[in-house]
This record gives sequence, structure tokens and C-alpha cells, in this order.
Amino acid sequence: MRYLMPLIAFMILAVFLFAGLSLNPRQVPSPLIDKPAPEFELHHLHEPDKVFSSTDNVGKVWLLNVWASWCVACRDEHPLFVQLANSGLVPVYGLNYKDESTTAMQWLRQYGDPYEVSVVDVEGRVGIDYGVYGVPETYVIDKQGIIRHKQIGPVTVKSMEETIIPLIIELQRQA
Amino acid sequence: MIPEIGNFALILALLLAITQGTLPIIGAARGIPSWIALARPVVQGQFVFVLIAFSCLAYSFVTSDFSVLNVATNSNTELPLQYRIAATWGSHEGSLLLWVLMLAGWSIAVSVFSKQLPDEMVARVLGVLGLVSVGFLLFMLFTSNPFDRLLPAAMEGSDLNPLLQDPGMVIHPPMLYMGYVGFSVAFAFAIAALLSGKLDATWARWSRPWTTVAWAFLTIGIMLGSWWAYYELGWGGWWFWDPVENASFMPWIVGTALVHSLAVTEKRGSFKSWTVLLAICTFALCLLGTFLVRSGVLTSVHAFATDPERGIFILGFLVVVMVFSLLLFAWRAPKVGLGGKFDLLSRESLLLANNILLLVAAGSVMLGTLYPLIVDSLGLGKLSVGPPYFELVFVPLMTPAIFLMGVGPIARWKQTSLPTLVVRLRWAFGVSVITALIMPYFMGEWKPLVSFGLLLAFWVIASAFVNLKHRLSNSGQGSLFAKLGRQSRSYYGMHCAHIGVAVFIIGVTLVNGYETEQDVRMDVGSQVEVGGYSFQFNGVNDYVGPNYQGIRGDIAVLKDGEFLRNLHPEKRTYNASGMSMTEAAIDTGIFRDLYVALGEPLANDAWVVRAYHKPFVDWIWFGCLLMVIGGFLAVSDKRYRLKIRKKEEIVTKPEEKTVEPVDVAEAPASAAVSAPAMATETRKV
Repeated sequence: MRYLMPLIAFMILAVFLFAGLSLNPRQVPSPLIDKPAPEFELHHLHEPDKVFSSTDNVGKVWLLNVWASWCVACRDEHPLFVQLANSGLVPVYGLNYKDESTTAMQWLRQYGDPYEVSVVDVEGRVGIDYGVYGVPETYVIDKQGIIRHKQIGPVTVKSMEETIIPLIIELQRQA
Repeated sequence: MIPEIGNFALILALLLAITQGTLPIIGAARGIPSWIALARPVVQGQFVFVLIAFSCLAYSFVTSDFSVLNVATNSNTELPLQYRIAATWGSHEGSLLLWVLMLAGWSIAVSVFSKQLPDEMVARVLGVLGLVSVGFLLFMLFTSNPFDRLLPAAMEGSDLNPLLQDPGMVIHPPMLYMGYVGFSVAFAFAIAALLSGKLDATWARWSRPWTTVAWAFLTIGIMLGSWWAYYELGWGGWWFWDPVENASFMPWIVGTALVHSLAVTEKRGSFKSWTVLLAICTFALCLLGTFLVRSGVLTSVHAFATDPERGIFILGFLVVVMVFSLLLFAWRAPKVGLGGKFDLLSRESLLLANNILLLVAAGSVMLGTLYPLIVDSLGLGKLSVGPPYFELVFVPLMTPAIFLMGVGPIARWKQTSLPTLVVRLRWAFGVSVITALIMPYFMGEWKPLVSFGLLLAFWVIASAFVNLKHRLSNSGQGSLFAKLGRQSRSYYGMHCAHIGVAVFIIGVTLVNGYETEQDVRMDVGSQVEVGGYSFQFNGVNDYVGPNYQGIRGDIAVLKDGEFLRNLHPEKRTYNASGMSMTEAAIDTGIFRDLYVALGEPLANDAWVVRAYHKPFVDWIWFGCLLMVIGGFLAVSDKRYRLKIRKKEEIVTKPEEKTVEPVDVAEAPASAAVSAPAMATETRKV
């Protein structure tokens, strides 16, 4: 029996790994899709005395990108947002998640700041409302303030070009 | 045409691998000499066909054949030749092909360098390697065929990930795979021993050099990955505890435990089932690493080409391999019996403690890596684990392990007395404490953590020298050089690797303690001071690279007002993908790196510039290099070479499992082994 312990331990691990496959972090549909985006009011990153409210954006299509300076994968997707912001297609808002403001601002100086506004969510409260699984995440929110798409993990060239941008154009056409 | 030849060669390789995985093993079990004799030629045949397949893929990349899907997605005509060649293994499919090629290469090496082993043993080892190869070939042919066609062909390919367009990245994956695949040889030896039921010191002696080589390659692979991250990601970090880094680090830790445990099994015949289990676990972790990277269950920078279907296949393969191996283990291990007895305080017990610490460390890294997944599958919520967890858990676990590194090699096998150890090591301890207390002052500021890190490092170095001194004083007559020459290479190898760890610790400690950085807006002509150096920004120039648009900064470095050199950090925007990359400029020195990276352009030709002064950072990789050199020194030891010469003699008595008594009696022998020539001259102390 003693010598079967390694096998038993491995089988337990294998069960979790198998469960992990169906929980593929990029494929889990968010329960929030096609639901109104949770409302929030948060302070600006650069001007901490200003407050941004998610309701300010009613009437336009916008992206909410959850990011943090400690997040390695954010570095990966960041150039795509800089590009997107430069194209002027859609305003991108940043939710700076569980981060230190000074490092966050330094990070933006180094990698570029694609955000109309970055807001600060130090304790991750808003992150909980949005069901943030891990950083980075990106939400496409339409004119009525409804979440239309959620990208878990870094945005790739492919998902940007094939999913996000067409969706934005489509949503912008709608009334 | 060429891709079809490649595809066909892969299928033939699969058929040969199936033959290799079945007939020799059955032959060894039933005692059919002709089936046993099949092992070597089949291995060579498989290698030839895998090599043909690999060459076909490389040819498709070099000639930019965009009717091959893999080429069209990972290369384009603008890509310089060396990166078109490297793109062969830059994609998921290609990297699997590289894996199989290396496996075939290692199998050939086993078949060539195993002339002194009994034929049944070789047949079993090669058979197990054949089965591993079957798994990977099936995986490739069914889920990720590198030769899949794209019809109609694309006019132009997309691009090799710009992150991979770098010399470091060209050799990093092959080295890492050499390590991963090398551990499959250790695994094959373990399974072969379990199959034959002869789990003894001889088995340990045979599998030890292979394990050490695999370990050394994995070390190189991880080192290159870390070094690449340092200069390519543009922000000066060298390790991120990213899931994929952890996936390569876990087999390394367990592999390190295996290297040490094998020493005990070879020298003393103890820990046999433990060693076998470690060999199985190391290989399982290599497979787990592949699973984590390829399946996309965890988010990571490295997670390219992820696909749940592939995940299921690898997981299935992992389960088959592990269930079979561990059942075999459960069946055979109880009959193995215990080796030589040892006291509570002996080299065996110290190595066991080191093993347990390493395993717990590997377990904690694994827990941190898989925790988000486990918590999520239990429905307990979603979270991520960051570097603070790993640093908090890993460092305290490694501290006693490092301490034991100093004690272990001095302790004697079987039983050792505490007073002797204390007497022998008190000078080493004193010297390391004093140095650790004083050294930080020379760096400008005394910090407790720095002092502590240095204490560990100097302890390892000082105790290595104490060990050497004792060893020499027990090495008979003659000049110092004669005595030095009498020590075995594996003895030097061990100390070289241990000192490598110390050098690594020095690097990590000092760079964490004293690095300084400035992240500032710089106008043309302005200066910024970092770590006693002035950096003067002289503007940027545009230039055109082979497949990217580049911006090259011009920064002069001055020390005390005197010009030292120019540094040219770059920003590159790749044409095909539009991705932009930062190329840091680094002035490398023995005692410090000056590291400059361009941030974002601002108005009036000003730029955000990030400058670092990183003391001793290169010692991190230099330490790794010493570990690697230590590994190769150990395998070049005389006793491995002698055996080839004395082949006949050994073949006639393959059962010699007892350990030479001189070794048992004498301690100074390293975790490695004393060569017969000097063993007679050692004596009890």
C-alpha cells in the first residue's frame, strides 16, 4: 500500500489537471456577457482627485482593459492597445488592478499610455464585480453599457483583428 | 513534395518507434536474443527518419514554402535566414519535432555509449525510449502535424514571434529540450531497472552520467531563458515565476535531488526505490511542463499555440506513462530491499534531508503554479499567485538546503560525529560570518538581507575549501600540484557546481540589494546619474532593419566626467506583425551591468529612458555556468572513461553491486566518487 501512494497522489493531481482543461481560462464565457456592465466610480490614476464613473460612457462603445504593472502578460498585449488607441477607433479605459500608483505610472511612461483614463482599483473591488479571473482582461462595452465581449488573458493580434475590432465596428453602427 | 516526404518519414519513424518500444522489451523478458539485438539498429533507423523529417521542415522554412501551414504562420520572406532556420522549432509543431529529434539523438547516444552494459538492459532502456517516442510522434501526427498544407498557398507568411527573433532564443529551446529529453533517458533507465527487477548500485552507476548530462543541459536551457528575458524584455528582470518558467524549474529541482540521490544509491546502495521514484517524477514533471505550456490551462507570456485538444492528448499520455510507471514501481519496489544502514548523522542522512528540502521546494513551486487551477476547479473562486508567494516560500526552504551543501560533502558515509564536523567546519563558518558582515559595507550600505545572502554564499565557498584542504592532506605525499592532480574530476565537478550555486546567490543577493534605476524623461543633451555613472542622451536615429523599422538611441556613458562608451538601445517595429520590441543596450562588466532601454517618445525629440545600474547581475548566469561546468566535469570522470576501456572485464561481472570498501570507509569523496587510483591513499580521519 505504501508503495501505491505515489500513484494515488498522481491520480488526484491528474483529476485537477483534467478539470483544468474544461476551465480553459481563455474560453470560459463570463456570466456577465450581454448583461449590463457593473457600475463603478473610481479615482483617476494620474489625477487622484478626479473621479471617473462608468455611467459617463453611456452612449459610446468603449473598452475596459484590466492591467497592472506587476502583470507580465500585460506587457505582451500592451503594444496592441497602444496601436488601437492611436488608430482612434475606440476609447480604451484602463482599470489599474491591485497596483501601486507610482509603479503603474512609471510602467505607462515606459510602455506607452493608450488609455483615455486609467482608474485605480487598489483593493480589487471593481475587479470582483467584473469577475476578473486574472490580469489582463478586456471587456467590450456597448452604447447601452452592456458587456458584449470579454477577453481573458492577453489580447493577441489574432483576437484583436478577428474578434474585437469587427465587434467594435459592428457595435458602433448600432444605434 | 518535400513536406510530403517529411510527413512520410515521420510515419515511418513512428512505425520504427513502435517496433523499438515493443520487440526489444519483450525479447529481454523472454530471452529472445534476436529481438534484443533489434534495439540498436531500430534506434538508428528511427533517428534517420526523424532527421529526414526535420530537414524537410527546415527546407520548407528556408525556401519559404507558404503552402505549408506551419511555415505560413511562422515565417515570411523578409525574415533573415538564421531566423528562418530557427523558426523550424519556433512554432508549437516544430518544437515537438525538435523534441522527437533530440529523443532520437539521445537514444542513439545511449546505443553507442552503452557497449559495457548487458544487452538486455540496453534493449529495455531503448525500448522505453521508443515508447516515449511513440507518444510524441502520435501527438504530433494527430494533433499538430508540422507538415499540414495550406491550400491555396499564402502569398506571404505572417511572422515569427518577434520575441523569438534573437540569438538567445534560437538556442534556448534546443538546450531546454536537451535537458527535458535527457531526463527521459534517466526515466528509461529507471523503468528498465524496475522491469528487470535488478535495482542495484550498478543501475545507479549506469544512469548517473546520463542524468548529470541531462541536468547540465536543463541548467543551460533555464539560464539562457533567464538571460534572454533580462536583455530582451527591456526592464531588467531575470526571473518572473511565470508558470512556464516554473514548468522548467520544477524538473530542474527534482532533477537536482535525483543527481544527489543517485550518488547515494551508487556509493552505498541505499535509497534505491526513492531514487527510482525521483527519476519517474522528474520525467513526469517534464511532461507536466509540456502539458502546462501546450494546453493553455494557465495564462502565461509563453502560452503559444494552446489548444484544449492537445491538452487532452498530453494529459492522456502523462496519465498512461505515470500509471504504468507507478504501478510498476508499486509492484517492484517492495522487493528491492534496503541498502546499507546509516546513522542519524551521516552523509546519507544529510543527502536525504537535502532531497526532502528540494522536493518540498519543488512541491511549493508546483502548488503556486497550479493553485489558481485547483482553486478554480473546486469552485472556490479565482485568483492568481505572484512572485511574493514564491519568494516567501522558496527562500526559507533553500536556506537550510544551502547550509547542508557545506556540511554534506564533509560528513562521512554511514556515520559521522557531530564534534568532528563542528571542528572541521568552524573556520569555514567563522570566515563566512565575518565576510558576510563586512562585505556589505564595501557596497556602500549594510543591509541585513544582503548580509544573510552573502553568509550562505561564503559558507558554501569556505566549506568547499575546507573540504579540499582535508582531502589534500589525506592524499599522501607529493607536491601540492601532485595532490591536486590526484583528485577525481567528479570531485572537482561537485565543488564547481556547489561554488556555482554560491556565485549565483552572490549575484541574486547583490543585485536585489543594490540595484538602482532611473526612469526619466530625457531631452537631447540631458544627463541622468545612476549608480555613479552619468548617462547622456544624444537623441535617436531611424534605421531600417531586414524585417523591421528601428529607432536607435544614442546614449553616452560617463564616469566622473570621463567618457566611457556609447550605448545604443533600440525600439523595433516588426513589419509583418506590427509588434514593437525593445532592445536594451547593456554594458556588461564583472562587477556591474549598465542597462539602458528606450521607453516612449515624448514631444521635442525627448524620450522616456530607463537606466539601471545592476551590480553583480552577471554572476547569476556565471553561477549557472559553473554548475553546468561542474556537471560536465563530473561526467568526464576517469571512472566513466576507464569503464569503456575495461569493457570486457566489467561485462564478465555485471553484478558487481558492492561498493568498493575504501569508498565506504572514507568520507572526503564527494557526492561523486573517488577514482581507484587515489582511493587506496585515503584513510580514516
